[in-house]
Amino acid sequence: MSTAEALITIAVVAVLTFLLRFLPFLLFGRKERPSPVLDSLNKLLPSAIIAVLVVYCLKNVSFQQINTFVPELIAVAVVVLLHLWKRNNLVSIGGGTVVYMLLVQLVF
Amino acid sequence: MKAELRYAVRQTLPVMIGYLFFGTAFGLMLQNIGYNFLWAMMISLVVYAGSMQFVLVSLLAGAFNLPAVILMTLTINSRHFFYGLPFLKKFREMGKAYLYMVFSLTDETYALLCSVWIPDHLDEKKVRFFMALFNHLYWITGSTLGALGGALLKIDLRGIEFTMTALFIVIFIEQWISAAKTTRAPAVIGLLCGLVSRLILGPDRFILPALVVTVTTLLALRPILDRKANEKGEKGL
Repeated sequence: MSTAEALITIAVVAVLTFLLRFLPFLLFGRKERPSPVLDSLNKLLPSAIIAVLVVYCLKNVSFQQINTFVPELIAVAVVVLLHLWKRNNLVSIGGGTVVYMLLVQLVF
Repeated sequence: MKAELRYAVRQTLPVMIGYLFFGTAFGLMLQNIGYNFLWAMMISLVVYAGSMQFVLVSLLAGAFNLPAVILMTLTINSRHFFYGLPFLKKFREMGKAYLYMVFSLTDETYALLCSVWIPDHLDEKKVRFFMALFNHLYWITGSTLGALGGALLKIDLRGIEFTMTALFIVIFIEQWISAAKTTRAPAVIGLLCGLVSRLILGPDRFILPALVVTVTTLLALRPILDRKANEKGEKGL
């Protein structure tokens, strides 16, 4: 691939990615008064999407082999328990990550 | 201004760790196929989309194929279409920063901006802008460092990618707790739609269908969900 072709490839990815992020603003952003549908989506959508993203993060979990689900299962439990106990983002995220790293590096 | 900067750094710390790691991985991969740190820096500056940039490495390694580039970008990044919806008004009110806020709406920035609570004495718009900007800077820094000398890194970092998963789980729990005042149904619907789509379609193709089904279900149940949210909201007062 020539330098020009590489630059075109990168530009196309950049422009399309931006357009996808900009599309809702283009379609719905101009209205002066927000519609009731969009108004309730504003309230309902974020927590639903976060839930889908949790599944997305764990998408490679598979129950075929022990090392493709046990480390995730334990680390997720650690995050949940730490967070319910301390309610401190950094403690929960840091603790869960350290446990996960130890599990995948030393145990599984 | 200083207080806003400090608050934004604190809020974005988990993303900092994750982005430095993933950025480094991206820089390393890019450098491996013969593109130096200037390319890594430039791509992370203008594209700024995690998983897509990893695919971009393989696209750059292959022969020039514009239709493939277009198709891959649209399928992998289509989920971003949904991220702007809660911010239609908020971003527009941010004046000069408006387009940058739209541009920088990655999975992680979306999740942080949805869930962040900003104290009254801070300028909300500034905090939001700095959070978006810092995440972008972590990503660029990671990519550049990775391309410069990530291979020299001798520490075993396997598993550090779990920071992102942990971040989303923490945000999920926070929303779950605060939803006691309104309704937890949207979180349950999202979780179910995600799980069912993942089980049926497999790990590589499920995210867009999952989001479409989630939004459709929310729209279909909107009258009930709205009523529930309002009822409980009143009781809470």
